Amino acid sequence: MLARLASPRTGGLLALAVVIALLPLALTNKYFYDIAVLVGLNAIVCVGLNLLIGYAGQISLGHAGFFGLGAYGSAILASRYGWPPLAAMLTTTLAVAALAYLVGRPILRLKGHYLAMATLGLGVIIFMVITTEDKYTGGPDGIAVVPLSIGGFVLQGERIWYWVVGALLLVAVWLALNLIESPAGRALRALHSSEVGAEVVGINAAEHKVMAFVISAVFASVAGSLAAHYSGFVTPGKVAFLHSIELVTMVVFGGMASTFGAVVGAAVLTTLPQLLAAFEDYEMMLFGAVMMGTMIFMPRGVVPSLARLFQSRRQQPSSGEGSGT
Amino acid sequence: MSLLRVEALSKKFGGVNAVEDLSFDIPPGVVYSIIGPNGAGKTTLLNLLTGIYQPSAGRIVFGGHDLTGRAPYEYANHGIARTFQNLQVFFNMSALENVMVGRYMQERCGLAAALLRTPRLARAEHACREEAAELMRYVGLHNYLSAAADAMPYGALKRLEIARALATRPKLMLLDEPAAGLNPTEALELDDLIGSLTGRGVTVVLVEHNMRLVMGVSDHILVLDYGRKLAEGPAATVRNDPKVIEAYLGSGVAAAAEMHR
Amino acid sequence: MSAQFTQYLLTGLTVGAIYALVALGFSIIFNASNVINFAQGEFVMIGGMATVSLIAVGLPYLLAIPLAVAAAALVGLALEKFAVEPARGASVVTLIIITIGASIFLRGLATIIWDKRFHALKPFTGDAPITIAGATILPQSLWVLGVTLAVVLALSWFFGRTLLGKAMLATSHNRLAAQLAGINVRMVLFLSFGLSAALGAVAGILIAPITTTSYDVGVMLGLKGFAAAMLGGMGSGVGAVVGGIALGITETMSAGYLSSAYKDAIAFVIILAVLFFMPSGLFGKRGGERV
Repeated sequence: MLARLASPRTGGLLALAVVIALLPLALTNKYFYDIAVLVGLNAIVCVGLNLLIGYAGQISLGHAGFFGLGAYGSAILASRYGWPPLAAMLTTTLAVAALAYLVGRPILRLKGHYLAMATLGLGVIIFMVITTEDKYTGGPDGIAVVPLSIGGFVLQGERIWYWVVGALLLVAVWLALNLIESPAGRALRALHSSEVGAEVVGINAAEHKVMAFVISAVFASVAGSLAAHYSGFVTPGKVAFLHSIELVTMVVFGGMASTFGAVVGAAVLTTLPQLLAAFEDYEMMLFGAVMMGTMIFMPRGVVPSLARLFQSRRQQPSSGEGSGT
Repeated sequence: MSLLRVEALSKKFGGVNAVEDLSFDIPPGVVYSIIGPNGAGKTTLLNLLTGIYQPSAGRIVFGGHDLTGRAPYEYANHGIARTFQNLQVFFNMSALENVMVGRYMQERCGLAAALLRTPRLARAEHACREEAAELMRYVGLHNYLSAAADAMPYGALKRLEIARALATRPKLMLLDEPAAGLNPTEALELDDLIGSLTGRGVTVVLVEHNMRLVMGVSDHILVLDYGRKLAEGPAATVRNDPKVIEAYLGSGVAAAAEMHR
Repeated sequence: MSAQFTQYLLTGLTVGAIYALVALGFSIIFNASNVINFAQGEFVMIGGMATVSLIAVGLPYLLAIPLAVAAAALVGLALEKFAVEPARGASVVTLIIITIGASIFLRGLATIIWDKRFHALKPFTGDAPITIAGATILPQSLWVLGVTLAVVLALSWFFGRTLLGKAMLATSHNRLAAQLAGINVRMVLFLSFGLSAALGAVAGILIAPITTTSYDVGVMLGLKGFAAAMLGGMGSGVGAVVGGIALGITETMSAGYLSSAYKDAIAFVIILAVLFFMPSGLFGKRGGERV
């Protein structure tokens, strides 16, 4: 039993639950709650994106597009057409999954920089459609979104949202950890290391890449829908290329192929601009410098780098045991 | 009936014929060795037989199914497994997980089950782990049950690939130079391992330069030169074939190898 | 050929020439290092903005332009020295994030040195339109086309005839072999950033009188230059030029005849279509897998 608790899976999940439960002690005002909710939403996207980038080894520079489709899909269906928010969210999610599947099949045949270009292009096209079709989306000005109501109960206020997003983040992490430890998850990690090696044991590499792509798109879309309802407003800024980059940076900053790393990366890089805002004009420059600096000095990401340091201190002589989670 | 039938198989790279008009049959239950000088087309042939390369002409029929033009994973689905001369180990995993990946075809489950980790999947995973460990012991890797793949020595990695291939429960197993890079003791241990594979119902195709190993374990030998069949027959016959001796020991060996590079 | 068609063609050529210069910058760095430099667009911005400032303090074009190009080249060299060189051997994703971090850093720096407003640069030689076959062209467009042609010729001479150029080319074909032949591969990498930055700056100065310039002008130009380089086949010099011109013309034509609202999206639709059917671009190297 104790061994089970100490395993990275169960232990990590418990630790995350404890952090989410105790964090409100430090959240002394609404503004802090607001940041915590944003962290949670970004973390959900990153946990999904990490399945694609960290585990399957396929880059995407266009995931803000899926986030945006989720946000605008919910906004348009629920606010313009008066659908029940949950039905709007569900329909949007299914549509995004279908789109990711259709586009993913040809795109994921590409490798490296070509894949980067294709996903970037996809994101930019989604961004441009959203800014141009102002009849539905409100164009550059954005669109107001009704609050999320579930059977008459209306979710409003940072505190309630904190618990909802916290719970959903736990679910997202649990799903991701399950997947990684399943035959499908091992297949993803295998094709990341050697595609030929994976194929010759019967793994359809293309199918698994598309699977990871669709799952990550769904995570992003759901987070987008939630973000739209939470803030009551969507603007194209959240769909822009730069937001895609921020998402990838969160994943890599936290540590690729580390689910908890993705959460840490989202937490740090969502909070950072709030701290940097104090520097006003220097904010953008400092953010760029932090991005460069961490990647140069910790190319493996924060969590794996720290884990390695910790491990090598604890057990100097014995050889490395087990692999990352 | 033959397990694997290769008919008039050819593979061209640019204008060069790496494999040319090659036909042969492999009956079930044997150790079938493919030998030949460097550049004779042996690895190309294995890549054709696993769908990694698509043939320019000819057919590959396995267990009555025409697999020509299929993807590598489909070859695996029909029961062909292999190891690699240039290791294709999953270095981002533990050794045990490498073998567990080999169990993919038996273990695969629906996406929902994977995401929710159903009790049934959890039990299957447990059994999979046990079975992978058993296979590791079988190939002599009991000391590496909890090792990370990237912390293992070369000889152990070669065995790990054999264990992974065995985990797919293959009918036919292709071994690409399993003894290359091993020290003499390790190479000797391979004899028993390869010999025991047929006892598990696995037919073996062995590509190897180590003649002691080949002559010791083979039932049947195919000799390739310049991508063509030079000789074929029971081990004892091939060993005394003057053409084979010429190809291996004759003055043309070095030149022939160079020309095919 | 209708006058309207000619008009779109001339405009497309001008825009395409700029894309070609940016794409060449991408290709040169990619060849030397396998890095996609997402800060390439910022060199375009630095070229334009620096020239605006130098003109404002009273320098003539003949002095301002070389100084601005030199400034951008220095930034390029610094980028290589302090951001790319220390991260050698890192994964593709890591390097992409580093250069994107650099681009954000440079944009932030630009808002501090300059501001967030648009700046116009006056044309090199007047702004009276010239009429050709019923279409009009600005004198500045002729400058764009002429200078781009000169730059392309100079580059082909450089890579084909000079020792340094050949060394850079050799490095792109086989890094290890080049190193064994005594080529200082690290120096090649270093210089390629300087050269690419200079090319970007030239593009930025040429286009500034037509489109104006600002701290974030490099974002879209950089992405489109990347698309152009990809279209032609990453790492191919001819491909970068052809890709840039093709992109410029298609973009202008479809904006004219189809929808001007989606002008900026055209480049990405084209690149996606090409990647679906020709995963290595029009002139790219096709690499096989070896097991």
